Amino acid sequence: MSWTEHAPILIIAAPLLVSFAIPLLERIDYRVRNAAAVASLVFSIWMVLIVLHKIWVSGPVVYVFGAKSAFLPLPSGFKFPVRIMFEIDHMSAFMALSGSIAATVGVIYSWAFIREKEGGLGKYYSLFLLMSVGMLGMELTGDAFNFFVFLEIASIASFGLIAYRREDPASVEASFKYMIVSTIGAIFVLVAIGFLYGRYDALNMAYIAKHMKLGIVERVAFVLLVVSLAMKAGAVPMHMWVSDAYGRAPAAVTATLVSVSQASLYGLFRVMFSMFGVTMNNHFGGWMLIIFGLLSMFIGVTMAMVQKDIKRLMAYHAISQTGYMLLGVGVGLAVLDNPVALKSYGLAAMTGGIFHIMNHAMYKGLLFLTAGAIFYRLRTFNLNEMGGLARKMKYTTIYFIIGAAAIAGLPPFNGFASKLIIYESVYKFNPLLSVVAMVVSVLTLASFVKVFHSAFLGPEISKVKNVREVPRSMVIGMGVMAVICVLFGLFPGMVVKYLAGPAAASLVNHTAYISSVIGGGM
Amino acid sequence: MFYDLHYITIVFLIALGIYAVMFQHNLIKIAIGIDILESGANLLLIVLGYRNGGVAPIFTMAPQGKTMVLPTPQALTLTAIVIGLATTALMLSLIVMLYRHYGTLDTREIRRLKG
Amino acid sequence: MKPMSKIVRTVAASIGWFVFVFGIYVIVHGHLTPGGGFQGGAVMATGVALLIVAYGGWSAEKCVRKERLPVFESAGLLTFILLAFGGAFLGVTFFFNFLANKGGLFGDTLPVGINPGIFNSAGVIPLMNMGVGMEVLAGISLILFAMFYGTKKVREGTCLADNEKKEEDA
Repeated sequence: MSWTEHAPILIIAAPLLVSFAIPLLERIDYRVRNAAAVASLVFSIWMVLIVLHKIWVSGPVVYVFGAKSAFLPLPSGFKFPVRIMFEIDHMSAFMALSGSIAATVGVIYSWAFIREKEGGLGKYYSLFLLMSVGMLGMELTGDAFNFFVFLEIASIASFGLIAYRREDPASVEASFKYMIVSTIGAIFVLVAIGFLYGRYDALNMAYIAKHMKLGIVERVAFVLLVVSLAMKAGAVPMHMWVSDAYGRAPAAVTATLVSVSQASLYGLFRVMFSMFGVTMNNHFGGWMLIIFGLLSMFIGVTMAMVQKDIKRLMAYHAISQTGYMLLGVGVGLAVLDNPVALKSYGLAAMTGGIFHIMNHAMYKGLLFLTAGAIFYRLRTFNLNEMGGLARKMKYTTIYFIIGAAAIAGLPPFNGFASKLIIYESVYKFNPLLSVVAMVVSVLTLASFVKVFHSAFLGPEISKVKNVREVPRSMVIGMGVMAVICVLFGLFPGMVVKYLAGPAAASLVNHTAYISSVIGGGM
Repeated sequence: MFYDLHYITIVFLIALGIYAVMFQHNLIKIAIGIDILESGANLLLIVLGYRNGGVAPIFTMAPQGKTMVLPTPQALTLTAIVIGLATTALMLSLIVMLYRHYGTLDTREIRRLKG
Repeated sequence: MKPMSKIVRTVAASIGWFVFVFGIYVIVHGHLTPGGGFQGGAVMATGVALLIVAYGGWSAEKCVRKERLPVFESAGLLTFILLAFGGAFLGVTFFFNFLANKGGLFGDTLPVGINPGIFNSAGVIPLMNMGVGMEVLAGISLILFAMFYGTKKVREGTCLADNEKKEEDA
C-alpha cells in the first residue's frame, strides 16, 4: 500500500482538510459537518497507530516536505538540511496518540454539549479541528520554526474557543488574560529561535543539536525557551492563566486544552533533551525542572482546596498534576550524565513522568467532561448549589468516581501505576521529594472527596428534582476516556513496555535523534 | 558601536513593549504594547539575515558576483507578521466585547475572576 | 457609521478600484517580484476598508456582497490544501511542486541571471498564491465587517445586541 508512506502527514492533513471544508459542508446539513469532524479525527488516530508500528519496526520516521531528500547538495560537497520535515520517534508518537484520543473525545462530546441553537457552530468545529492540528503538529515536527508556527496555530484557535460563550463576560475576560500572557511567551520563543538561527544558519532541530556549542547566546535562548514553554504548559510560577482559561471554557474545549498544554510540555522536553542534551549543565537543568515541579504540585493542590467553583478546582488540580510530570522528567535529566544512576532509577523516573502525561490527559479530561455534564443539566458551577445528583445521573456519577480515584492514585486505575513509578524512583534520588509527592496526593484525594460529597451525595435540593441523564453522545465520549483509565490501570506493564518505556529511552537517546536525519557522515 | 545600532533598537522596542503590557491600565494600550513587542521580534529576524553589501534576494534580478541578503529570515518574518495580524485582530475583537459588557476600558475595573 | 462627505465618497469611488487592481497584480506576480498571497490579499482588504469608511458599513456590505465571503474564503483554503494533496499523490511527497519545469500549465523554467521573468513559470506557486489571496481578502474583510458591527451604540441594559439595523449610528 503506497499511500501509507504518507501516513505521518495525513495525521494532520485530514483534520486540516475537513476544517477548511466545514463552511461548505455546513450548507448541506449540520449532521454531515459533525460526522466529518469526528471521522477526520478517527482517521488521524488510525494514522498514528500506523506510524507507531513503523517506528517500532525500523526506528524514527522522517518525512520531508517538498522533495525526497532534506539535503541541498552544495558544489563544495557540504550537505545542509534545508527542507521542513517531520521527525517522529517514540516520544512524539506517544504524545500524538494521547492528543488525538483527547481531541476525538472532545469532538464527540461537543455534538450534544453545544446546542445547535447557540449559533456559530461551524466556526466552533473549524477552530476545534485547527487546535487539534496545531497540537499534533507541535508533537510531530522536526523543525524549530515549524514548531513555533504550530504553537501559534493551537494558541490562536484556543483563544477563540475559550471566548466562545460571548454572553458570559467572565469567559471573554479569561480569554483576554490568556491571550496576553500566551502571546508574550510565543514572542519570546520566536526571539530564541531567531538567536539559534543567527548562530547556526539552520532551523532543523537535529542539525542544531549536532552543532551545538554553548556560549552566552545559547544560554539566553535556552532560558527564554524553557520559561516560555513551561508557561504554556502551566507550571508555577507562570500558572496564572490556567485557572481562568480552563475554568471558563466550554467543557469539551477544556478537555482538549489539557492536551494542548501537554504538547508544550513535550516541546520543553524536546528542547532540553534533544536540542541541548548533555552539552549543557544537566544537573542545573534537572534541578530547575524539579523545583518547578515541586512548586506546581504544592501550590496547585493548596489553591484547589479552597475553591467553590468546580471547574476552577479541577484546573488547579491540573497544575498540580503537571508538577508530577516535571518532577519525574527532571530527576531523569539531573542524572543524565551518570550512566549507573540513569539505568537504575533515572530512566524509571522519566518513564513514570511520561506515562503520567497520557494518564493525566485521560482522567483530567474525564473529570472536566463530567463537570460539563453537570453544567449541561444544572447551569451552574458553584458547589454550594449542587447536591444529590447521584440518584438521577448514574453514568456521570460512575465516571466521576473513576476519574477521582485515578487522580488520587488509587488502584486499579491508571493514576496509581504512574504515581507508584514516580514515587519509587524519585525516592532513590532524594527522599524528601517523594514525601512531598505523597502528601500532595493525599491532599488531592481530600479535595475530590469534598467535591464528590457536595455534588453527588447528600439530599436532593430543589433544583435537582427534574434532571435526567445527559445525552448519548456525551455519555459515549466520557465512556471512551473512562475505559482507557480502567484498561491502563489493569495492564500497566504492557503500556510501560510498549509505549512509555520506549518513549523515555528515545528522549535520552540523543544520537539516534540526530543520526536519523543527518546520518553518520558529518 | 555603529554596527550594533540594529540590536540596540531591537532591545529598546522589546523593552518598550514589555513596559506597556506590564504597567499600562488601558486595554488598548496593552494591545499596542504587544504590537510593538512583535515588531521588535520581526526586526530581529530580518537583521539576522543581513550580509554586508548584499542586494535584495530576487531570483530574476540576481547580479553576477555580488552577495545576496539571506532570503530565509524574510520568509520567517512574513509568517510572524501574519501570526501577529491574527492575534491583534482577535485581541481587538475581545476588547470590543469587553467594552460592551463593562462600559469601561480600565483593567482595574474589569476584574471579576479572582482567587 | 455614517457615510462621509461628497468629496471623500467621490475620491474613494475613483481610487478604490485601483487599489483592488494593484492587489490582484501583487498576488498574481508573487513568484517573480516581491509580494504573493498574503501581501496582495491584505492590499485588497485595504480597498474594502476604504469603502467601509467612506460609504458606511451597510452600503459597503451590499457592494462587496458580504454573504458570499465565507464561501469565497473556504474555496481559497480548499484550493491551497488540495494542491498540497496533489503534490503528495501525483508527485513525491506533500507540497511537492508537481507542475514546475514540466512545460504545461505554469511549467516554463526561469533562466538564471538578470531577466524580465516569465509569467508562465514556477508551477504550483502562483496557484497557491491565488488561493491564499482569495482567503486573506475574504478573511480580513469579514474581520472588518465584524468590528464595524461592534461599534454600534449599545442600548442601555442589553449585552451584545448584534446585527440589527439601527437608524442611529455610533
